Amino acid sequence: MGLRLAATRRRLVAGAVALLLLGGAGAATAVVAGSPEPVHRSDQRLTMPDARIDTSFFTTGPSDRRRPAVLLGHGFGGSKNELAEQAEQLARDGYAVLTWSARGFGKSTGRIGLNDPEGEGADVRRLVDWLAKRPEVQLDAEGDPRVGVTGASYAGAAALLAAGQDKRVDAIAPMITYWDLADALFPEGVYKKLWAGVFFTTGSLAPGGDPRGVPGGTGGSGGEDGPGEPPRRGGGNSAERPQTRPADGCGRFQPELCRMYERVAEAGRPDAEARKLLAERSPAAFAERVRVPTLVVHGQSDSLFPLDHGDRIARAVSGNGAPVAVDWIAGGHDGGDTEIDRVRQRVTAWFDRHLRGDESADTGPAFRVSRTGGINSTNGSATLRGASASAYPGLRAGAVDVPLAGPQQTFRNPPGAGPPSLSTIPGLGGGLDQLRSFNVSISQDMPGQFAAFRSEPLDRSLRITGTPTATVHVRASDAAAAARDKGGTEAVLFGKVYDVAPDGRRTLPAQLVSPVRVTGADEGRTVRLRLPAVDHEVKAGHRLELVVASTDLAYASPLRAADYTVSLADPALSVPTAPAVRTDAAAFPWWVWGLPLAGALIALALLLTARRGRGAHGPTEPDPELTDVPLEITGLSKRYAGSADRYAVRDVGFRVEKGQVLGLLGPNGAGKTTTLRMLMGLITPDAGEIRVFGHPVRPGAPVLSRVGAFVEGAGFLPHLSGRANLELYWRATGRPAEDAHVDEALEIADLGEALDRAVRTYSQGMRQRLAIAQAMLGLPDLLILDEPTNGLDPPQIREMREVMIRYAETGRTVIVSSHLLSEVEQSCTHLVVMDRGRLVQAGPVAEITGAGDSLLVGLAGEPDAERLAKYAEQAAAVPGVASAEPAPPPEGGLLLRLDGGSAADVLGALVAAGLPVERFGPNRRLEDAFLTMIGGPSA
Amino acid sequence: MNRHLEAAPGYRAGHTLPLRVEAVRQLRRRRTLVMGGLLAALPFILLIAFAVGDGDRPSRRITLMDTATASGLNFAAVSLFVSAGFLLVIPVALFCGDTVASEAGWSSLRYLLAAPVPRWRLLWSKLVVALAFSVAAIVLLPLVALVVGTVAYGWGPLRIPTGGSLPADEALLRLGLAVVFIVLSQLVTAGLAFWLSTRTDAPLGAVGGAVGLVILGNVLDAVTALEDWREFLPAHWQFAWLDALQPELVWDGMVKGTAVSLAYALVLFALAFRGFGRKDVVS
Repeated sequence: MGLRLAATRRRLVAGAVALLLLGGAGAATAVVAGSPEPVHRSDQRLTMPDARIDTSFFTTGPSDRRRPAVLLGHGFGGSKNELAEQAEQLARDGYAVLTWSARGFGKSTGRIGLNDPEGEGADVRRLVDWLAKRPEVQLDAEGDPRVGVTGASYAGAAALLAAGQDKRVDAIAPMITYWDLADALFPEGVYKKLWAGVFFTTGSLAPGGDPRGVPGGTGGSGGEDGPGEPPRRGGGNSAERPQTRPADGCGRFQPELCRMYERVAEAGRPDAEARKLLAERSPAAFAERVRVPTLVVHGQSDSLFPLDHGDRIARAVSGNGAPVAVDWIAGGHDGGDTEIDRVRQRVTAWFDRHLRGDESADTGPAFRVSRTGGINSTNGSATLRGASASAYPGLRAGAVDVPLAGPQQTFRNPPGAGPPSLSTIPGLGGGLDQLRSFNVSISQDMPGQFAAFRSEPLDRSLRITGTPTATVHVRASDAAAAARDKGGTEAVLFGKVYDVAPDGRRTLPAQLVSPVRVTGADEGRTVRLRLPAVDHEVKAGHRLELVVASTDLAYASPLRAADYTVSLADPALSVPTAPAVRTDAAAFPWWVWGLPLAGALIALALLLTARRGRGAHGPTEPDPELTDVPLEITGLSKRYAGSADRYAVRDVGFRVEKGQVLGLLGPNGAGKTTTLRMLMGLITPDAGEIRVFGHPVRPGAPVLSRVGAFVEGAGFLPHLSGRANLELYWRATGRPAEDAHVDEALEIADLGEALDRAVRTYSQGMRQRLAIAQAMLGLPDLLILDEPTNGLDPPQIREMREVMIRYAETGRTVIVSSHLLSEVEQSCTHLVVMDRGRLVQAGPVAEITGAGDSLLVGLAGEPDAERLAKYAEQAAAVPGVASAEPAPPPEGGLLLRLDGGSAADVLGALVAAGLPVERFGPNRRLEDAFLTMIGGPSA
Repeated sequence: MNRHLEAAPGYRAGHTLPLRVEAVRQLRRRRTLVMGGLLAALPFILLIAFAVGDGDRPSRRITLMDTATASGLNFAAVSLFVSAGFLLVIPVALFCGDTVASEAGWSSLRYLLAAPVPRWRLLWSKLVVALAFSVAAIVLLPLVALVVGTVAYGWGPLRIPTGGSLPADEALLRLGLAVVFIVLSQLVTAGLAFWLSTRTDAPLGAVGGAVGLVILGNVLDAVTALEDWREFLPAHWQFAWLDALQPELVWDGMVKGTAVSLAYALVLFALAFRGFGRKDVVS
């Protein structure tokens, strides 16, 4: 249920993000929702000599399909439970996966033998036997399954041992593990006390004690949970079996191991027997027998099993003729990024190639190292980049000498070896690598307890890849001790190389330090220091500093006070640079390039389809026969979006000739403004076409530059003055300044000083005049004025009429729309009357107003409606009168339409008929004609 | 007078609404001047704040703020830090969101279109000018801060809060890089505002809409349950430029942030052009 909920939520998220991505780009990333292939798991406890080993077997698909097998082990202090996820992943990749809890761990019984060839080693052989009997597992021969072994730390060594002891193992991938455990815990004969303590206390707890209670838990690194994870407490195991310390203090360790540890820890230095015991149980004991393809994954932040263990594995196996690849990950037992996903992929690819025989599997370069860049401040993670080489360079490739300088220095080994210098603290882990990229270093040298030798600032950056070496001369002065020990004084020294920035900040790469035990130091000895193997870039301008210290927190050193005198025997630090290792190109996820590309493609598609849509409508060719016709409209229709059935303009057509002043008339909502908008290219007609001087009008058609318009009120930038508005408008047309005829326009605007005020201070009339002036800029061949007299006072209205008439007399054309009908009547030569989107009538003014055809008869005595109707009947009966009807208020009287008769005859006949005629004259009132046409004022 | 011309003499579509004219039209607006003044004044306000405040109190978290008074470069970086999240979004949203919508609001849009300024030409001029104003606004703040900070705290290397410092000449380049990234990361805001600007006649609607969506992006980015999906939110990368101000220059975040911003911006700009090209202008 929980799983299903999670899946649903992810799907929702996927949908939301896909929406955000506006379609296209989202599709490729929305595949997370698919449910993974089910993995079949069976648990069994296998009985072995002195132990029962708890195992889990993971497969997918049909059980009769034979496939290669992988043995997957856990780290020290862990159990098979932590491997389930990785095992399922490998099972889905087509392997039969067997995980097991090693002796003394998890639910397995038995005593910990630290990979005792006869204990843990034999267990692995029996697991291989078990695999050989499974129907799912591919066989190379009877009883010989195709099998690989992998695991981190403790299990890594088990993998190496398995390859060394059992010829049936076909490939291995040991991770962050040891080659020689004696060297790991007693490097150069110095006891690595903190790590050894962590190691042995972990195994000394009673069976089932939660091993992760130990700081930094030595187990489960690399391939599994990163050691940088905070320790988990109170797991199911510890609840079942309370954590107790058994009486003998050995816990689950074999007694001889336990005794060895107690002896060494108390003495503070290893003895030969201890070394022998651990060496016999180390992969190094089987060095010449490891002959299978080996992927060596080693950690750079690893003071427990430093890089030189990986180096020795690689050299031993490749010396036996087997393929080897070396991968230095960023993290390690000290913490940091263990690059789980990348490492798992690489291990799977390694097995694909060497177990399944898939020649196309990319096993990666022979050598790869993860290099830490800065911090990604968005998510706080350290950025990693790979560097690789086609051959493993070893730890001393491309050595260059960096000259060191410094006098002979004498420093003290404090009594009790404290307070010690600091380098590594096991289990501190976690954020250390991040701090490191900020050049924060926890390392600290105690004053008076070290000698330092510095280089000059480097003139170019230097990449250390491997083990730097230096040669120093050491002499210990400890007369009393010399007298006691016939063998002479022993000195333990700690060598390290700092990166010193110009501002004096010192960085200890990977927090690593190399111990060395010098015997006979009272006589003076020349010692070659093998300094810690690291991959670290020293920037130009930084110095290198070799420090030789007498103490280190992580190691046991002599407790007796002594003075050490150290000088450079060779005034140079030999630094390996591994020049063949090249930093890979930055690896970004696909979408870093894909997303903008997809965005560009979508954008292009949007724009291209838009172009086609616009171009498809209407003709584009000019009509040569109409080049002298300022305006011809045919079959024009427009319906606004949202009003499905109501046309704003329907099937309107008319024509305007040069020199005309055309009035466009109609009540509100007649479609005048819509027609003018289409004429200006502001809106697109649904049907029909508009041609201006023969050129079809489309949005932005160049011919519109011959049209000046004032439609639906003024439109100015309120913060600019009237003059600036006109000037900027003209410059926006891109036409030559001298064509503007600004003076003529300004004369019409008649704004006086107000011209230099901001437009927002103008009255409506002033804006109106300025807008008309703007429409007349450049003296357009066709001038369109929409309700031009709104807000003007009577003298201005009269002037405006004259302006329009004069303008048309120059051979140009004017279109005026208005509902002030008397206004239009006085200035226009032609009329177009519209109502409810339709054209009602078009023609010369005289034709429409009917000149003599229509007569208005004023009657005396204000007759009531009944009487008026009677008079109308009488009038209609008069010969020569086509129709007679009561004239609409306020005039009153009768409106006659003549039918060929002369006015004089009709008047005579009306008077003769007894109508009380008071006034008699032609009805030239356009309004009446207009109302007659559109069916009364109420319409 | 030649009546057979397709267009009036001297008219060329490509010469309409030149960038200079559009710039003059926008430059004299009060909102432009106010925004410029505000951004130029912020460093002075910060300067006073740092002078008044007690700078000795050690803070638990190491932030850029602690180094503000170390040098002029530090002061400029801090000015960017306090303003990049929200303040610098506003000029971009304003300049790009207001540009078309305000013309529609003033009714001057239809006169430009009837002049005629071809629609894509109009958008192009407006977009270029709006982006140029946005860039100027984003550059103005650190520039003034750099000058003010240098006068107040002296010219010196950029001290990095976690330790170490960058030499002044390199730090100046890095600061420039940070500004370039901020400009690029704001393209998505610009695209959003510009698209909205072509869809509405209300300038406030376009500006507010863009700012609102940026806030929504910030809110979503705070939902950690979205995990990797957050990488596709432009807001996720708004502080990636800090990667340029650490000892080791990290490109990762800035490259990803630019990719995300650019992708959205391209689509949004295209939507604006497509929609406006066929739109019925009735305002």
